[in-house]
Order: sequence, then structure tokens, then C-alpha cells
Amino acid sequence: MSVVPAEVLPGRALPVEDAVAEQAAELGPRARLWPALCAVYRAQLSRARVARIPLLFVATFQSIGIMVLMRGVVDGGGEARAVVAGSSVLVVAFVALNLLAQYFGQLRASGGLDHYATLPVPPAAVVLGAAGAYASFTVPGTVVTAVFGCVLFGLPMAHLWILAAVIPLAGAALAGLGAALGLLAPRPELATLLGQLGMSAALLLGVLPADRLPTVVQYARDLLPSTYGVEAFGLTFEAHPDWGVVVLDLAVCAGVGVVSLAIATWAYRRAAVR
Amino acid sequence: MSQPRAPDGARAVPPAQIGTRDPVGSCLVSTRTAQAARQGHGGDVVCAVRDLTKTYPAVRGRRGAPGTPEVRATDGVRIDIRRGEIFGLLGPNGAGKSTLVRQLTGLMRPDRGSVDILGHDIVRHPERAARILAYLGQESTALDELTVSLAAETTGRLRGLDVRSARAERDTVLEELGLAALASRPLRKLSGGQRRLACFAAALVGERPLLVLDEPTAGMDPIARRAVWGAVDRRRAENGTTVLLVTHNVIEAETVLDRVAVMDQGRVIACDTPSGLKEQVAGEVRLELVWRERAPLDVPEVAALRDRAVESGRRWALRLAPEEARAAVAAVTGGAAFAALDDFTLATPSLEDVYLALGGSAGNVRGLVKA
Repeated sequence: MSVVPAEVLPGRALPVEDAVAEQAAELGPRARLWPALCAVYRAQLSRARVARIPLLFVATFQSIGIMVLMRGVVDGGGEARAVVAGSSVLVVAFVALNLLAQYFGQLRASGGLDHYATLPVPPAAVVLGAAGAYASFTVPGTVVTAVFGCVLFGLPMAHLWILAAVIPLAGAALAGLGAALGLLAPRPELATLLGQLGMSAALLLGVLPADRLPTVVQYARDLLPSTYGVEAFGLTFEAHPDWGVVVLDLAVCAGVGVVSLAIATWAYRRAAVR
Repeated sequence: MSQPRAPDGARAVPPAQIGTRDPVGSCLVSTRTAQAARQGHGGDVVCAVRDLTKTYPAVRGRRGAPGTPEVRATDGVRIDIRRGEIFGLLGPNGAGKSTLVRQLTGLMRPDRGSVDILGHDIVRHPERAARILAYLGQESTALDELTVSLAAETTGRLRGLDVRSARAERDTVLEELGLAALASRPLRKLSGGQRRLACFAAALVGERPLLVLDEPTAGMDPIARRAVWGAVDRRRAENGTTVLLVTHNVIEAETVLDRVAVMDQGRVIACDTPSGLKEQVAGEVRLELVWRERAPLDVPEVAALRDRAVESGRRWALRLAPEEARAAVAAVTGGAAFAALDDFTLATPSLEDVYLALGGSAGNVRGLVKA
């Protein structure tokens, strides 16, 4: 039961208030990009405890399984490098592309985006926060896969530190793609399907050694952003990596990341206000 | 309740205005405005909606699925919500309440019309809505996997609070709503009512002058409901917070709302205080009869009532003039009919009856749950 009549509320009795009411009221503060991004990131990370951990195991086991399978076919050399690099980046594709596409697809379909859309938060903060969190989820699985692969195929671990660049950059590219797919797909099932397809493409085109693929498929491989992460990572297993090519490959990842995250932000804006 | 009441004459709505195309007339003669006008307070209107119209385009049928015709979800809606009041939107499912709320919160652009909230044009600047109002939608999917504490804190931060004030407000609100014990539990592990209360808590962190609440108490037990209305009243008393409430629950509407707009098929068909609205059907009372097995139609008085009754199983509902009701009660409690009678209730009309009397399209009023 409401016990406060409108007439006795503060401000009602003052004629001055009416004059003020004629003008526009002061707006509440806007959430700035970085604090909002951090808040979204932190909230998304905490979801891992509830929902994501089993899926991280799935991603890691899948990649380790593929490497064990390939062990029988590939015996060292350039092909082994490609398999280990491809399997490691596959973890990123599974989580950042596939799972993020599903998350945004479901959020959009269920009306969950309304929550963010009615808060004064920059769209980029929501997209980047979620994408950053999903890219972070991939860290343990990617590292475990890379180390396991090195041991399995007898590759040097000296340059594994490059993962510190590969995960965020490939993560940005794939998470941006996943977020854009999830937010643009008209139905959540389609978002799931597109995420799965993207991951399958990353699996087939990333893990299988490139020079055994038909030419047409090689072109498709060049179009997939995860390829450049795989290439960059694969090169670092050599005794004297060509760092220029590594940096160039990572720059492609970064560029795709910027573009796809920008598209995802635009898609979020479009999905939030209909 | 120390609310000064206007003489009844000030509140009564001329019957001619009921159900007319422009329901504003009925809005403007309600108690508060009549008083405000007398006291020289012009409008202290927080939210002014004018001619708001949104049409969903027709969907062409595909194989197996029939198409749907064009639907006017809101049709020339005009309402004024005044500072510090709890203004309700009442109506059956599909009446256009949610569409209206989505347009007020900047989530949807209307085809035509204007929304002015505290001097800001929300149609032209939908992004400003988020800085004036807090919205509690029906969905909690964005918060489901967070703990109660983090859901409230994150929402506060996204409303522009810094970490320290977001945490301070979070603690205050959780304490106020009795959620402190559940603070570390994820929302989706909670019961429906508790989850709803947690979402309400998130809506309160980061004070806003206008709260837009879409069925805030759905699924809640009485204790949680009381916590919600207590928190709302506190904010009204301290800050003059205004509340726009969407509800299906007629009982709650009658007890908490200052004014209510009854919506049907996208239009506001009436707008007044709950008691003012009920006066529109004051000439009638509601008689409910429950028969043991079936109605004794061999009794002539009972047979005569049948034409006017809304039957549902053993239960008959009738709207009658008081003297008719008296005669009907005498008939069913006196003679042969009494043996067949299980129970009866005689009540003054509720908002549900108002809705029916105003010619709401849904004759059986499925959406209006009389809980």
C-alpha cells in the first residue's frame, strides 16, 4: 500500500520547482567506456564459475584429442608445427567464436539485451567486455594444449611466450566475429549454427597442414582470421623464426579484430533498439 | 493515509468521456489534477506521452504458418505521469502495455508521437532514457549467471557509479530488501520470486527519478512484495521518485496505484484513480454464485438470472444493480435454490469489472488475473 500522497512529497510545495520542471532535468551520469568495460568484463568472468568451466574442458580435450589423432599421420617437421599451432588456436575459436556467438544469440532472443540497453553504457563496453572475457576463458586451455602438443611432437617451448600475443589478438578477431554473428543472426539457432560452422572451419583449415589442401580451400583458409594466428604461432617453433612475418600475421589478426569488433558494436546497437 | 481528498464531484468522470477516442479528458479530471489546478500548481508532469503510435507490419504467411495482419500495438496513446505518483498500466495480454513501455524506455522507436520525460525528448534522443529512468524488464537472462551481489554492483557501475558508491548502494539496497543472506548466490539458483527481487534490487542501485517496473512482483511471496512496495514508498517519500508500473494483478493495482490507465488494443480506454474508475461502475455490484453440482434451473428466479451470468463450471458471475442483487440473493438463499447453493459472494466492483464495463475487447478478460 502506498502511504505517500504525491501532494506531500518534497518539492511539491515549492512554486520554484514548477519553474525548474519546465526546463529539462539534469541527466544521470553516463558510464564511461573503461569503467563500464571493466565492470562487464568482471561480471562475464564470474559467469565462468557458474557456466563455462565444463565447456573449457571440452575445448581443451577436443584439441588434445585431435593432436593425438594426428600424431599417427604426421611425424615432425613443418606439419607437426601446423598441427600444434592449429589445435591451440582451435581452443580460441571454440570459446571465443562459437560460445560467444551462442551467448549473444540467446541474449538477444530472450530480451536480455534490454538490460544493457536501458543502462547508460557505451555499446562498445558491452561488446568488448564480453569478448575480452571470452578471450580470457581460452587462456588455460590454449596454454595446456600448446604445452601438450610440444611434448607430444617434441617441439621447442622456447617461444611459447608468443601465446601472450596470439591469444589476445586471435581472440579479438574471433570473439569479434562470434559477437557479430550472434548479434546479427535473426534467430538464436542460426547464431549457434554459424558459431559451429565458424569453429569447424577453424578446425579443418587451421589444423590440417596447408600444403595438402586443394587450392580453392587454401584461398578459404586465407580468408579465415584464425589462420593468421595459427601461422604466427607455428612460425615460432622454428629455431630462428622470421619475426617480421610473425608480426605481420599478428597484425592481420589485430586488424580483423578491430573491424569485427566494430561490426559487433554496430550490431549490438542495432539489436538493442528496434 | 493522510491524503486530503477532493470532494467526490471533482473526481467523478462524466460517463460521456468513458471509452471515447481521446481518453485524456478522463485523465485530467482525476483527483490530483483537480487539486493541483485549484492550488495553482500547473503540471508537475514527469512523463508526458502524446499520440504515441506504433504499428507492427503484417507478416506474410510462410509454408505451414499463417501470416499475421498489421497490428497497432499502441494507437494514439496519450498519458501524463506526475511527480511522485505510482502510475499503473493495466490491461490484458497483448493490450500494448509492453510496447508502450519499450517506447518510453527508448528501446523502441514509435512511428509517430512524442515522449517527454523530465523535459527530454525520448523519441529524438532515446539514449537519454537510460540516464533518467531505471527499467525492470520481465527478463533476467543478462543477470542470471551472476551472484545477487555482483548483479546489483555491476548494474550500478553501468549506471555510472564509481566502484565505491556502487558497492555502498548495493549493500544498502540488498539489506533494505532482505537479500543480504542471498548475496553470494547466483540468480539462477534462486526461486522465481527471489530472482525477481534480486533484479528489482539491481534496478534500484544508482538512484533514478523514474522507475519503470514491468510486473515487478510476479511470482513473489507476500514478504517480498512488501519489501518491494516498502522500498518504492521510501524513495517516493525521500526523493519524490515516480513509478510507472505494468501489471496484470488487479488486486495489487487497486492497493498500490495512485492512478491507472486501462489499456486495450493499443489504446488507453480509461485513466483515473482506482477508486475513481470504480465509481464509473458504482451503480453495480458483483454477485458470484457457486452451485453444489449444477444450477437449479427449475427455480424461475435462477433461470431468469442465467442470461446475465458469466458461467464457468459451477460458478456464475453477475453484475447487477444493488436492488437486483438484493432480490437475487434473497431468491437463492431463501427458497428451493438454497439447497443447490454452495457459496455466494457479494462485492463492490473491482478494476476487473471496470475493464469489462468499459468495453474491453477480451470479454473473458484472460489477461487480468484476479489473484
